[in-house]
Amino acid sequence: MKEMICILCPMGCHLNIDVENNYKVTGNSCPKGEVYGKEELIAPKRVVTSIVRVYGGIHHMVPVKTDKPIPKELVFDCMELLKDIKIESPKKVGTVVLENILGTGSNIVLTRDI
Amino acid sequence: MRYDVVVIGGGPAGLAAAKSAYENGAKNIVILERDKELGGILQQCIHNGFGLHRFKEELTGPEYAQKYIEFVKQYPIEIKLETMVLNISKERVISMINPIDGYQEIEASSVILAMGCRERTRGAIAIPGERPSGIFTAGAAQRYINMEGYMVGKKAVILGSGDIGLIMARRLTLEGAKVEAVVELMPFSGGLNRNIVQCLDDFDIPLLLSHTVIDVKGKDRLEKVVVAKVDENKKPIPGTEIHYDCDTLLLSVGLIPENDLSKEAGVILDNRTSGPIVSNSMETSIPGVFACGNVVHVHDLVDFVSEEGERAGKFAACYIAEENCKIENVSNLKNGDGIVYTVPQVINLDNLQNKLEIFMRVNNVYKNKKIVIREGDNVIASFKRAHLAPGEMEKVLLPEVLLKRISKDIIIELQEA
Repeated sequence: MKEMICILCPMGCHLNIDVENNYKVTGNSCPKGEVYGKEELIAPKRVVTSIVRVYGGIHHMVPVKTDKPIPKELVFDCMELLKDIKIESPKKVGTVVLENILGTGSNIVLTRDI
Repeated sequence: MRYDVVVIGGGPAGLAAAKSAYENGAKNIVILERDKELGGILQQCIHNGFGLHRFKEELTGPEYAQKYIEFVKQYPIEIKLETMVLNISKERVISMINPIDGYQEIEASSVILAMGCRERTRGAIAIPGERPSGIFTAGAAQRYINMEGYMVGKKAVILGSGDIGLIMARRLTLEGAKVEAVVELMPFSGGLNRNIVQCLDDFDIPLLLSHTVIDVKGKDRLEKVVVAKVDENKKPIPGTEIHYDCDTLLLSVGLIPENDLSKEAGVILDNRTSGPIVSNSMETSIPGVFACGNVVHVHDLVDFVSEEGERAGKFAACYIAEENCKIENVSNLKNGDGIVYTVPQVINLDNLQNKLEIFMRVNNVYKNKKIVIREGDNVIASFKRAHLAPGEMEKVLLPEVLLKRISKDIIIELQEA
């Protein structure tokens, strides 16, 4: 039995995961918790949110995120990729600035207009 | 110049209030914002997890802000940026200054206070030691890193385990800094569980509960932070000192509603929330002056800030139209055992509009309790809770029918379930 806290929403449900019993999840208050609990033990994933440099906007940096969660062990590699991105304003929220990063199928997208 | 509604602050509370005031019939609305853009502090909160209640999806702060900015921009609502409000008079004359209009006074039929909150600083908690650079509030560091593009340091200690402190521990780590520890005075964290998991545990950052900073050293730049364990009276225990060599100390030691303008206008504040005493229509002690969001009490979730903003906007519009705005039948909500504060503090029984929503905070970590609402010995409602914590705002919803025969003050308290 593994105990963990679901990180998908501010509820922070206390999950119990039965590792020997096909990762059966209890303690979740929504179906997302079930998927999370199993995935967290087999192949944990995270959404990465950060910033990239922008020229010509009202700020120096523009916030970005991965549009899908990526494997947790690739988080720092993803941060490394963001270092070299430079974009020109104006751009719209949702604009893809880097596609299919590290072969994960996830894209880096802007999270605001700039 | 006269406006129906003047909204002070263009963050999530102010945006929701302006939108809702317009949708409920107010015309001639202006939002006064101090920064160079709308969105408030959400613009620097680039992490995700916003909007799950409101939009049923996980948004980052700027994405959440942008949704509300677009809602507001579809209406003819005037927006004044880089505008500092200097004073609100009792007659609702607002004096302000900005680079375009210079100094200006405007009159308002109704005012919505949505100025948010401010971080407690080193001075507020009296950390001893020298005064080197490298000591920031967590939110200031967040703005430097996420919007201005300046890194604040290489090795950091964070004091305070509220959500902003936890989020910044992750943020600094992702940007290549080493976070030595997050230090928390209380025996429990003030942040959400999910943030302890994904911001500290993910990166093996230690959380030191019942510890505090007792000294800072460094002449020009911070060089060392001394941390010690505290006893049950929060006094440092000699001999438990830990020395961290670091160049940065982030403070995440609480937020205080920003009520300088409210105070000068004569709005009565609640000394528990540090925000205005409000009724269920978000009206303050001054008729026609409404308040919403973190200026009233500090929220954990922006979703509830928006909800409160919408309520303030709606009742501001109704105040102007003079509909359903009787304030004859009033009951006070009193804090009983275990309850630190409630919002609203005053219930306008003539103006419930089907339901009463009560936000509250508890004074300790509790398991298996019930929140009881009673008038004398008569229990009006009770709500079971498996888990309660000071860091997690609680909300209960009472249908209007339950409040039909109320004549006295109502008490809200925790009891054994």
